[in-house]
Amino acid sequence: MTEASRHHATSNVSLAQRAWNIRRKALLMGEVQGQGYIGQALGVADVLAASYFHALEYRSEDPEWEGRDRFLLSIGHYAIALYSVLMEAGILPEDELETYGMDDSRMPMSGMASYTPGMEITGGSLGHGLGIAVGMAMGLKRKSNPAFVYNLMSDGELGEGSTWEAVMSGVQHKLDNLICLVDFNNQQADGPTRDALATGEEEKKWAAFGWHAQRVDGNDLDAVVAAFDAARTTDHPGPRVIIFDTRMCKGVDFLESREITHFVRVEADEWAKALAKLEEGKPQ
Amino acid sequence: MTLASMKRKYEPRRVHTGPNGERVATSAMIASLEAEGYDSVPAPFGNALVEAARKDDKIVGLSADLAKYTDLHVFANAMPDRFYQMGMAEQLLMSAAAGLAREGFNPFATTYAVFASRRAYDFIAMAIAEENLPVKICCALPGLTTGYGPSHQATEDLAIFRGLPNMTIVDPCDADDILGMVPQIAAHDGPVYSRLPRGKVPSVLTRHKPDYRFELGKAQVIRDGKDVLIISTGFMTMRALDAAVKLEADNIEAAVLHAPTIKPFDTETILAEAGKGGRLVVTAENHTVVGGLGEQVARTLLTNGVTPTFRMIGLPDEFLEAGALPTLHDMYGLTTDKVAAQIKSWL
Repeated sequence: MTEASRHHATSNVSLAQRAWNIRRKALLMGEVQGQGYIGQALGVADVLAASYFHALEYRSEDPEWEGRDRFLLSIGHYAIALYSVLMEAGILPEDELETYGMDDSRMPMSGMASYTPGMEITGGSLGHGLGIAVGMAMGLKRKSNPAFVYNLMSDGELGEGSTWEAVMSGVQHKLDNLICLVDFNNQQADGPTRDALATGEEEKKWAAFGWHAQRVDGNDLDAVVAAFDAARTTDHPGPRVIIFDTRMCKGVDFLESREITHFVRVEADEWAKALAKLEEGKPQ
Repeated sequence: MTLASMKRKYEPRRVHTGPNGERVATSAMIASLEAEGYDSVPAPFGNALVEAARKDDKIVGLSADLAKYTDLHVFANAMPDRFYQMGMAEQLLMSAAAGLAREGFNPFATTYAVFASRRAYDFIAMAIAEENLPVKICCALPGLTTGYGPSHQATEDLAIFRGLPNMTIVDPCDADDILGMVPQIAAHDGPVYSRLPRGKVPSVLTRHKPDYRFELGKAQVIRDGKDVLIISTGFMTMRALDAAVKLEADNIEAAVLHAPTIKPFDTETILAEAGKGGRLVVTAENHTVVGGLGEQVARTLLTNGVTPTFRMIGLPDEFLEAGALPTLHDMYGLTTDKVAAQIKSWL
């Protein structure tokens, strides 16, 4: 750990404040486009805050620094959430926020490596991230580079066969530098994930394949931080997964209580209301 | 179910024998291509890759349980610490190769052409091609090179990959092509799909043109002739050359222009040769006539106002039969005799 790479570790801004800032930026971007995967962004904000302000090593001014921990966004439509944290981390300039989803923006609606500093891969075709992460983790080991590869995926991606090819491979190649983060909000395009292909006890399935598996409340920052620490420091000789149970729209109560769907509809006049609601819950 | 397909399924059969009474069996999956009269080179791909990897320490090899059947086992045996067995998981094979390329390596990933083009397409498209990563996908059993039926016959792989931006596509003819190609695609900073003759691979091109050297992106005239211009790729260049020799007996002079790089296509040479005029232009490919070399040549000629009499030799737009490879090549018009006869009939 160097000071340059972990400057955030000594920051006096709390993780709760970081998570709040991430939610706020996501709402502001949603307002720009009048749409967006805001439910997911609000839900995963705590996991992203812990990732970028507790777990990861990186250099804001050099997003391709060879020593960085790699953070792959397999779920391309979560881009609005990642842009928020990349701005919060100083990797993307905050004054580009209002270009989100516009022509010529560096922040397209679905995340792509060729557009955005800090976006390691092109996600969006689901079930790709973990396999790429396996290859990157193998490559880092070849280079004797001690960095971790984090892959953030959704619960829906547990339905992709390619995910399980990668799950087996991570164990086969003893990739103890690979950490998979599953955002389990139990919501995919057609309805609850539990009604589609995720039949429960996911953490036991990963463990049965040979992964160090944890399942925590993804909106409990202390639990999230503890899970990251355990995943990074365990002496388990293989890959690690953390399944985060998260609540869609977390932090904006009238959206949280709305019938939750994969693509949450927010009316034109509701963005300001949502921002005001978020303001009420601002950490002290 | 049609009457024909019912007959195929339910009619009793007897043993078929060849001209000398021998049983005609399906060629084994690892069988080498029949190439009478040519010397052969064992496992040119594997040996060339070992050679290239000695010069480039970024080269790594991956296979999805088909190293032995793609000649990658030669590399795996010579450099075991640079070989990754990915298991029977082609989506993972391509994703992991992309990940290794992202970390600065030069991955060669091998499987069968059907599995790369059909099963792993989305992963090749998005994890590799969209990001222009230098992954070299080298695939055995291209086109009609096995009698195992459509599950193993990659008759449309070129059509599939031609539609993919950034992709360089090579359809080598023989061992000479492969030995020249491997170091050139290794040096190429972008994704490559190469078809792969493997096992004992004939040396054809230098027999007909001793100074022949493979050049990525170039089509080359192997022999000249004033009556017909055959533009061919893959092992069909061998059949075209043999057919050209056969046609000499009928006083037909056939030129053979070998175009092993399907993309980017050597438009300049194709136009220069086809534009000479006075010759029937015939394309010959081990691929469906939909979306392969023939249509590429047709497009090249038509969009440049070159309009010779034009014919295509290739596989029909069908799922092909199972059986012995020589039987199938005869059935679908890929043998030397069939190529020669077809050309004669067009003159």
